[in-house]
Amino acid sequence: MFPTPIAKRSRSAQLSYQAFLPLALILWLLPLLAVALFSVKPGADFANGNYWGIPSSFDLFSNYGMVFFESNMPRYLMNSLLITIPTVIGAVALSSLAGFALGIYKFRGNLLIFFMFIAGNFVPFQILMVPVRDLTISMGLYDSVMGLVLFHVAFQTGFCTLFMRNFIRALPYPLIEAARVEGVAEWRIFWYVVLPLMKPALAALAVLVFTFIWNDYFWAVVLTQGPNAQPVTAGITEFNSQFRAAYHLMSAGSIVAALPPVAMFFLMQKHFIAGLTLGAVK
Amino acid sequence: MSVSPAVPTTHARQPNRGWYRRNEIALTPWLFLILPVAFFLTYVVVPIGQSFWISFHQWDGLGEATWVGMDNYNRLLGLGDQNIDRKFETSFWNNIRWLVLYLLAIPMGLFIALFLNQTVTGIRLYKSLFFFPFVISQVVVGLVFSWFYLPNVGLFEIITGFFGLEIRGGVLGNPDTATYGIIAAGLWPQTAYCMILYLTGLNAVDSEQVEAARLDGAKGWRMLWFVIIPQLKPATFIAFVVTIIGALRSFDLISIMTNGGPFGSTRVLSFYMFEESLSEFGFRMGYGAAIAVVLFFIMLGFIVYFLWSMWQDEKGAR
Repeated sequence: MFPTPIAKRSRSAQLSYQAFLPLALILWLLPLLAVALFSVKPGADFANGNYWGIPSSFDLFSNYGMVFFESNMPRYLMNSLLITIPTVIGAVALSSLAGFALGIYKFRGNLLIFFMFIAGNFVPFQILMVPVRDLTISMGLYDSVMGLVLFHVAFQTGFCTLFMRNFIRALPYPLIEAARVEGVAEWRIFWYVVLPLMKPALAALAVLVFTFIWNDYFWAVVLTQGPNAQPVTAGITEFNSQFRAAYHLMSAGSIVAALPPVAMFFLMQKHFIAGLTLGAVK
Repeated sequence: MSVSPAVPTTHARQPNRGWYRRNEIALTPWLFLILPVAFFLTYVVVPIGQSFWISFHQWDGLGEATWVGMDNYNRLLGLGDQNIDRKFETSFWNNIRWLVLYLLAIPMGLFIALFLNQTVTGIRLYKSLFFFPFVISQVVVGLVFSWFYLPNVGLFEIITGFFGLEIRGGVLGNPDTATYGIIAAGLWPQTAYCMILYLTGLNAVDSEQVEAARLDGAKGWRMLWFVIIPQLKPATFIAFVVTIIGALRSFDLISIMTNGGPFGSTRVLSFYMFEESLSEFGFRMGYGAAIAVVLFFIMLGFIVYFLWSMWQDEKGAR
């Protein structure tokens, strides 16, 4: 193990490490802590120049109540969910199909198709922007949840297929051969043999895609406008212009917008990290 | 007498199997691929080609597009008798700044990972909390940092003011510092990402090798450089890939924190492209597409390198 385990060091080194840890964490999260502090302050504090001091009163409920009951925030949160959940289902489903085809079968063009999915992943969004916006308009899906979902499913399929294919590759191949000898149809092999083994990959991808899509801003701006379809990342700018310079409300809004992926991360930490660090170890 | 059941059942049906059953193994992958490939072609592959096509036109996004040949590129890059587009020049150099400085996330991430790679009580919680910034959307990161940088009252100014340093107009209000301020905000989540990659990598470091090196008297920097970092190579590769892509995709932070200003000093290609194509100054889709194509070619250099490395791995796996 590197660096030398702290347990093998002197007592004083251990103590200073333990003391330094929380300090470093506070320093690292300082910008966030500041926002959390902002979000429980009353508006008057900012007018009086008390930005960083102790809140003159604890206004958590009134600030967050404002966000939830007197703004478009709930609408935006709902849109985010309506965009994110179908995308997760669609991208994971499509990529399991593609991953199965590319991971199990040997055929001409296999690697070529696989590399198409990988390469598409790295492309800058801007080169897709004008044509995708056009396509969405011509399908009558501009400024709709569906328009965003379709694009996100297609784009995320690239990354997810990379993940799925490598995962399926690592499964024991004799299992599939055994099923074939038994005369099991190929789609049944997918459904009854491979899919149950893919549960960890499905979970990892689901949380990752959830976070990516929830946090997307660019496509939200390109493909939607206004509260009837915009997700919370885009909505927060409208929210902020509604409450210009009301830092207590803007920070409460930001925290609300950031919370769902954070909750997802803490609930599914193991899968999340397994997904993100795919390939970091050989 | 009946024969053993496993094989004969399939054998008996062999002669009258349908065409599909006979070609099942050859056909199945294509049936599985139809839908994902169709989606990916429609929304990713074909649009790349269309963008190239649009970049040779003048088009407001509504009416007819007019063919203008290389005009957009001439105007953008200052070819022929044209002067180079000043906004493009700024954006391009900012992109280079992003690329170079964003790479700092890799050593910083490694540093934090080494710091946290211990087993003391509660370390797991510490690791997750250090990772926290990556999970938050860039929009929120941008907002948080723009308040952090607020002129006069922001925490950053209070701290730097303590050391007697003053930036005129605030970090984001000053054209000389604004881009660096945004990059610093971007480094925050990116470092967290690199950290988690390295933590996973460090977990897999071969402890026998480390012990052997220790017996040979290696420690500290020499140990890190000659024993640990070579074993972290896969993690470093992924950190490099995601950091480069992240740097070239930077859009959210700029849009939220400065919207390209002050005086256009924080524009990058991805932002400038968006501005040209969809801003209130009118829709110049052709010109925007040309900017996107240039950005694509910058990215292409890296994409080819990434794919080549992955291709080598694939060949090794066979």
